[in-house]
Amino acid sequence: MTPQTGEPAGGGALDTLPAEHRGRLMALAHEAAFPSTTRIFEEGDEADRFWIIRSGTVALDVHVPGRGRTVVETIGRGALLGWSWLCPPRHWHLGAESRGPVLAWEFDAAAVRSLCAERPDLGLALVTVVAETIGDRLRATRTRLLDLYGPPGSPEGGAGP
Amino acid sequence: MTLAPLPYRVVDRRDETHDTVTLSLEPAGEALGPFAPGQFAMMYAFGVGEVPVSVSRIPDGQRLTHTVRAVGAVTRALWTLRTGAWVGMRGPFGTCWDLAAARGNDLLVIAGGIGIAPLRPAIDAVLAEPHGYGRLNVLAGARSPADLLYRNEFPTWERPFSTVTVDRPDDDWTGRVGVVTTLLGEAHFTPADTTALVCGPEVMMRATARDLIHRGVRPDRVQVSLERNMRCATGHCGHCQLGPLLLCRDGPVVGYDRAEPLLSVREL
Repeated sequence: MTPQTGEPAGGGALDTLPAEHRGRLMALAHEAAFPSTTRIFEEGDEADRFWIIRSGTVALDVHVPGRGRTVVETIGRGALLGWSWLCPPRHWHLGAESRGPVLAWEFDAAAVRSLCAERPDLGLALVTVVAETIGDRLRATRTRLLDLYGPPGSPEGGAGP
Repeated sequence: MTLAPLPYRVVDRRDETHDTVTLSLEPAGEALGPFAPGQFAMMYAFGVGEVPVSVSRIPDGQRLTHTVRAVGAVTRALWTLRTGAWVGMRGPFGTCWDLAAARGNDLLVIAGGIGIAPLRPAIDAVLAEPHGYGRLNVLAGARSPADLLYRNEFPTWERPFSTVTVDRPDDDWTGRVGVVTTLLGEAHFTPADTTALVCGPEVMMRATARDLIHRGVRPDRVQVSLERNMRCATGHCGHCQLGPLLLCRDGPVVGYDRAEPLLSVREL
């Protein structure tokens, strides 16, 4: 099913776009359903689509020689799945697999890029949304690098617990 | 409230993780006054020293429950206590989670690491009065699956949403991976009518509070539990001073509207 023009993306990343922009984009979307443990894309493959997750959880992973696929992050409802389609070389940096059943809006990347070229104002708005997503994930990654829950080095005397 | 430690005996000990234990304590004679969720006691390991530890459950009667992570000499001494051992207790100290202000609101309980311990009594209080509050969401972050506290209790907190995320999954972990703020997008709450209780590392609390406020939660409805060096616990020694606040007295639970300007000052 193709969503109606202006239909919200299900609490998703595109909801911050102006209604007209969102409507134009959603007109290019169709529903996608992934049963549990479906490989949605593989690291290194061509990034020709992206998704807004409507329900369920997707694990992003990296293949580590000798260890296999290692999950580096999970994303859930409302999240943008995939941004490698935006910039050359347009290959996935990570793999993605559904954890349980996943419903999503799926977008054809080439069609979206064409729309962005045709409507630079829409393109700027969409790129801003994608940049916000990338920024959020960069901040989250940097926070994890701090290893906040790791072995504490501070002296005792704090407020507990 | 007494200034001299009262003797309590360890009546139960539960190993939560490789370095964290929950101790149940009963008084030998006189008991401390009643604790509220979020308050702390000063626990004295005889001959070693005294540390502040929040209550991690408030059972009926005079029993106290504290969860201790072995991070230094005193907490390591407490961590080694076996059933029948003695400990000195002072308290209750500090401010509590303001659940009265949260009545009727959706609730976000957001924990990082051992920060879930001071929040557990608040969760218990909310679950004991299911019609007093809106939707309860419990979101917790931990370093790894092996570091998760109260793992078996999360399923009982699902009303409507409770989940855990870890920074470093092992090969058997099938849950969420990432920082705890990534779970906010899936929680069930109306920002304008939400109270958030947040406890964890300060960087995590700042990031969480910023995200909540960005989503429309009022800063004064974001309650954080702050950690500083507490010694006397009675507001006299000044070790726990944070700007105008003495956190043993004016904290540990503080509204983010008061905490934010203080936390943004380096080395305050």
